[in-house]
Amino acid sequence: MKKFIHDFQIVANRRVNEEYFVLSLSGKQQLPEIKPGQFVQVRVDNGPNTFLRRPISVYNVDYDKNILYLLIQVVGEGTRVLSELKSGEILNLVYPLGNTFSLPDGEKALLIGGGVGVAPLMLLGRWLKEQNKEPVFLFGFRNSGLIVDIDLFNRFGKVYIATDDGSAGEKGVVTQHSFLRKETGDISMVYTCGPEVMMKAVALWAENNDIPCEASLETNMACGIGACLCCAQETVHGISHVCTDGPVFNSKELVW
Amino acid sequence: MVNLSVHIGNLFLKNPVTAASGCFGYGTEYKDFIDLGKLGAVFVKGTTGSKREGNPSPRMVETSSGMLNSVGLQNKGVDYFISDIYPEIQHYNTHIIVNVSGSTIEEYVRVAEKLNDLEKIPAIELNISCPNVKEGGMVFGTHSPSAIKVTTAVRKVYDKTLIVKLSPNVTSISEFARAVEGAGADAVSLINTLLGMAIDAEKQEPVLATVTGGLSGPAIKPVALRMVWEVYNSVKIPVIGIGGIMNATDAIEFMLAGATAVQVGTANFIDPRVTVKVINGIEDYLVNKDVTDVNSLVGALKIVH
Ligand SMILES: Cc1cc2nc3c(=O)[nH]c(=O)nc-3n(C[C@H](O)[C@H](O)[C@H](O)COP(=O)(O)OP(=O)(O)OC[C@H]3O[C@@H](n4cnc5c(N)ncnc54)[C@H](O)[C@@H]3O)c2cc1C
Ligand SMILES: Cc1cc2nc3c(=O)[nH]c(=O)nc-3n(C[C@H](O)[C@H](O)[C@H](O)COP(=O)(O)O)c2cc1C
Ligand code: FES
Repeated sequence: MKKFIHDFQIVANRRVNEEYFVLSLSGKQQLPEIKPGQFVQVRVDNGPNTFLRRPISVYNVDYDKNILYLLIQVVGEGTRVLSELKSGEILNLVYPLGNTFSLPDGEKALLIGGGVGVAPLMLLGRWLKEQNKEPVFLFGFRNSGLIVDIDLFNRFGKVYIATDDGSAGEKGVVTQHSFLRKETGDISMVYTCGPEVMMKAVALWAENNDIPCEASLETNMACGIGACLCCAQETVHGISHVCTDGPVFNSKELVW
Repeated sequence: MVNLSVHIGNLFLKNPVTAASGCFGYGTEYKDFIDLGKLGAVFVKGTTGSKREGNPSPRMVETSSGMLNSVGLQNKGVDYFISDIYPEIQHYNTHIIVNVSGSTIEEYVRVAEKLNDLEKIPAIELNISCPNVKEGGMVFGTHSPSAIKVTTAVRKVYDKTLIVKLSPNVTSISEFARAVEGAGADAVSLINTLLGMAIDAEKQEPVLATVTGGLSGPAIKPVALRMVWEVYNSVKIPVIGIGGIMNATDAIEFMLAGATAVQVGTANFIDPRVTVKVINGIEDYLVNKDVTDVNSLVGALKIVH
């Protein structure tokens, strides 16, 4: 798949909650096809503390309006600078990068996300729905204040929520959600993105239930295009690279 | 018309701008972004006698104006390079220079011998300066008798242009430059990464799995410039300048300090088109300064006081 480097104009910077925001980016060029799970490398400002690009998943794409959406959590200097961008400002992206998720054999698929890890699950849910599959979302957040765009996810499938403090949905972590003890018989695939501990627990649950599981991983990245070999992930086949062999991996291939 | 071409030993480069080893893959990774044929040369990833898995993760962390890496020479070995990669890249309209590494002198020699037979590889760069492998690598670059031994041994089996890449992790880099010049090197390139480390104060742990790693990017440029200038003043063979080059001005500074050519490394991660921008910027500089030949920049630093 051909990769591009383009300037995008910010058309909106929407605050989703205390920590998350969504950037809407409009390109001059027609957007190429972007697959669920793929990411972009955002050039922040190349200042002393935000020197390298930041990898961010594609949250959604509007091909008609030629707009790309990124859901971002403020965790440090780079994401803080991005959160302060205003409409009209320019952002440079290298994209689309990485691989994608695979189609489930059966109809029903479970998409488990934690925190900002829900980001790639939007495009994935939409694609599954377009493929006549039935995506179901199960999301974990720290508290009700951090819940993201549930109405948007709802267009593609049912959404179940768990929060650490019980302020919304069920109290506890996603892997303890009652949904996983009940209605799981016809689930043919599990996809997960979020903190590594959560993804490991999800992968274990899927393996115990004989359901294939794909996880979207994060590592520190420099180039994002397979040139620097910095984003190493151990797999049963040896070292893989998250930016080119991933970010999506079958959980059974991971040594983690 | 300005002349941008330079010579490194017998090797003719259409311009002095090349991509640094380990930062440009095999070139293919960048072909969506630039015309590789525009570059003076591409230094491909460090190649060893047999396959290496590299170091555990995390292998990279950003630091002020730079980054630390501990990739550890991950590569599939010289035989795989010859059978699977070389056929793909030999058609590039630029020179492919292989960066050679090893744990023992025998390994360096074995790799160099095999590469000597490849028609489209006009030069090798001996990496005696990798800070990220336990044995070999930097050991050869920080102990001058070893640097002489490995260079002499490779020179015996390698007929084409032999570049030796120097480590900055020494007290006197000129001493090493002179040593490898005496042992038959056609050129020296410098600097490789500076040994460094990063600590996570919250966890009270090192950030990199290997604890230490190699520092690159603009953070190392002043050190690199000083070393290029020192080496230029102590050897007769050409010097290739490396370290934190982000734009044409940086590259010109290296040439003024004595570099005949430059390598651009970390900057490719931020702007995959940077190498071509550096070439264009050098050309503009020459036109603006009314200089017709890029070679007249080499070592042209004016020290007034
Ligand atoms: C393939 C991929 C897709 C991603 N998608 C998204 C996304 O859609 N939305 C989003 O908000 N974030 C995403 N991330 C994470 C995002 O890249 C980091 O949060 C960001 O780079 C942090 O930059 P910073 O300058 O704000 O923080 P820094 O100042 O660099 O770091 C601040 C803190 O964040 C931690 N951190 C830094 N980089 C990462 C990382 N890659 N993963 C986890 N923690 C990190 C650091 O360890 C540190 O504790 C993705 C990462 C990858 C590899
Ligand atoms: C991720 C990474 C991998 C590298 N791998 C190699 C290598 O295999 N062999 C080598 O001689 N130098 C290697 N280097 C060093 C670079 O070629 C260069 O000497 C150094 O990064 C300084 O230049 P820069 O500041 O422009 O990056 C590597 C550097 C980085 C950042
Ligand atoms: S980030 Fe450079 S190879 Fe993956």
